[in-house]
Amino acid sequence: MVNYIIRRVLQSIPQLFLISLVLFLLMQAFGDPIASLGVRTPPKPADRERLRRQLGLDQPVYVQYVVWLAGNDWMKIDMDGDGVPETPGKRLGVLRGDFGNSLINKRPVSELVTERLPNTLLLMGVVEIVIIVFSLAFGVYSAIRQYSLFDNLFTGFSFIGYAMPIPLLALLLMYLFSINFKEWGLPYLPTVGMFDPQVGRTPGQIALHMILPVVSLSIISIAGYSRYVRSSMLEVLGLDYIRTARAKGLQKHIVVIRHALRNATLPFVTLIGLDIPFLLAGAVLTETIFAWPGTGRLFVTSISQSDFPVLMGILMMTGLAVVFFQLVTDIAYSFLDPRIRIA
Amino acid sequence: MTTITLPETSAIDGMKNQPLTPGQLMWRRFRKHKAALFALGGMIVLLLYIWLGGLVFSRGICAPTGEFLTAEAYANCNDTAQKLQPPSREHPFGTDTIGRDILARTIYGGQISLTIGIFAVIVEVVVGVLVGAVAGYFGGWIDDLLMRVTEAMLIIPSLFLLIVLSKAIGGSVPEIQFLGRAFSGSVVVIIFVIGFTSWMYLARIVRANVLSLKEMDYISASRALGVSDARIIFKHLLPNTIAPIIVSSTLGVANAITSEAYVSFLGLGVQTPTASWGNMLDSAVKYLQTAPWLWLFPGLMIMLTVLCINFIGDGLRDALDPRSTRNV
Repeated sequence: MVNYIIRRVLQSIPQLFLISLVLFLLMQAFGDPIASLGVRTPPKPADRERLRRQLGLDQPVYVQYVVWLAGNDWMKIDMDGDGVPETPGKRLGVLRGDFGNSLINKRPVSELVTERLPNTLLLMGVVEIVIIVFSLAFGVYSAIRQYSLFDNLFTGFSFIGYAMPIPLLALLLMYLFSINFKEWGLPYLPTVGMFDPQVGRTPGQIALHMILPVVSLSIISIAGYSRYVRSSMLEVLGLDYIRTARAKGLQKHIVVIRHALRNATLPFVTLIGLDIPFLLAGAVLTETIFAWPGTGRLFVTSISQSDFPVLMGILMMTGLAVVFFQLVTDIAYSFLDPRIRIA
Repeated sequence: MTTITLPETSAIDGMKNQPLTPGQLMWRRFRKHKAALFALGGMIVLLLYIWLGGLVFSRGICAPTGEFLTAEAYANCNDTAQKLQPPSREHPFGTDTIGRDILARTIYGGQISLTIGIFAVIVEVVVGVLVGAVAGYFGGWIDDLLMRVTEAMLIIPSLFLLIVLSKAIGGSVPEIQFLGRAFSGSVVVIIFVIGFTSWMYLARIVRANVLSLKEMDYISASRALGVSDARIIFKHLLPNTIAPIIVSSTLGVANAITSEAYVSFLGLGVQTPTASWGNMLDSAVKYLQTAPWLWLFPGLMIMLTVLCINFIGDGLRDALDPRSTRNV
């Protein structure tokens, strides 16, 4: 087990390097970030030069990558443009936990991300719980009532839900529950933001603003996962030990919950575990539509501003999360299912 | 539901008849999947709509120039005096923010979205099958290298990769002429971007299949006969793993259409005036309340197409699975 963990970690290191290099090179083609600095008058050519030097954008790409990776506190940089490096660098580099500063507002990337991360984690945590509870409930119920009216209706619903593009689903929900409900004089839900500025950031406000993003993020996943739970549940319910349990005279719900569900949910654990980091990406669209101040929206704004230190920061943190959760899922799975031996 | 229909002819009689070809067998199984059959019908209607619909629905006088326009020119005709009109007799799906007819744009946008879906899958299949087959067949360090690269691609969620790639290479391809139409270069970019960010799962499936197939006796026999590696891969291994390739490329078309919609929705995909179902959703959020027809129709088109393709894929999975228990 320990060997397995060590090997996986060692394997993922070159992969993270490779992906960071590729992404870094791609971002060089993003266009001039100076051009998208939010200033009203375009900077003069001389100022532009000075700005590029200060941000280190005048250096060749490989130097920029090395600085991004390992910092520049071990070398001197040329700040006044006379060709002689004189100012000692201050950056520590990603390897020492310094993701650099945003090109747009000069604030450290780690600060920008940690400011937004709790909002995304809150949204995703609730979404993940909703997904697990509802897909287990619907999947199990469909399986024990196979081909019933509920099962057939739910099958239809899940195919439609699974085919829904996120923007359509989000816009439909907003249109129905905010705009139409308002017109009809019913209590309506807020569409955008995290809280009403006039009321303030209270838990009640946040919960109210979370309903629509949570529903639109979870419906598509519930549609997919409940089918998965249904089929693995059906498979387990057909096994001999379930018949034995029933023949012993155990009550149906005990057989379903204690005997069948436990085994049927094993593959589901893997699915959920591998999905957690990917929900961070799925939030890109939802956060943009609902103006939720999370990392997904930060990513989209940084893309439009070509703010590559922020983008690299978000991408590499996501990458680390993916590697971490893959490992955790593998290990959790080997504990849950004694038949699996990882070596 | 579980009535067993006995074959009308006995097994001996059946043997006198011509044996069924794999294609016939597949069709017989596919037909049993009622939803897939229905979806196939729906898909044919959708294809007719976006292929021939332009002849019927995309013609009219473009007010600013006073010309009578047909086909794509009409779909791109902007009449700002007519902007944001709700659905009416003249514009059954309403008009968009600069007065273009949305019905005509769903037709030409559909052509673009489906073209992107199909060509992106071709890129995906070429890359995925090659990587998977080469890694599985040769094994050793080639396998290690290719699989580690595949895993590296999977570390970053594909929507992030899509966005970064489209931003990086978007706008770098000029307009091209193809099949008598001018395609914005962004269409080509988005095809490759989607193709290059979606091949990883297919590569893994193909590799797993090739790994088990290459241990079979007929492959050892081919090798003993001195058949070349390329011939073994393309003539002997890949035809035997065609079923999962067909299924996942069918579903891949649906995924590519959704991916296009997401990237274009963020303004990084297909650039106007070329319409696509995705970029028609682009400014919809701003008009959520005032003009719901703006996002409803392109959104529904995406949903219906993806729904049909998913059902067809499901039917194909059943039809192509040799262990399928469905009664033939």
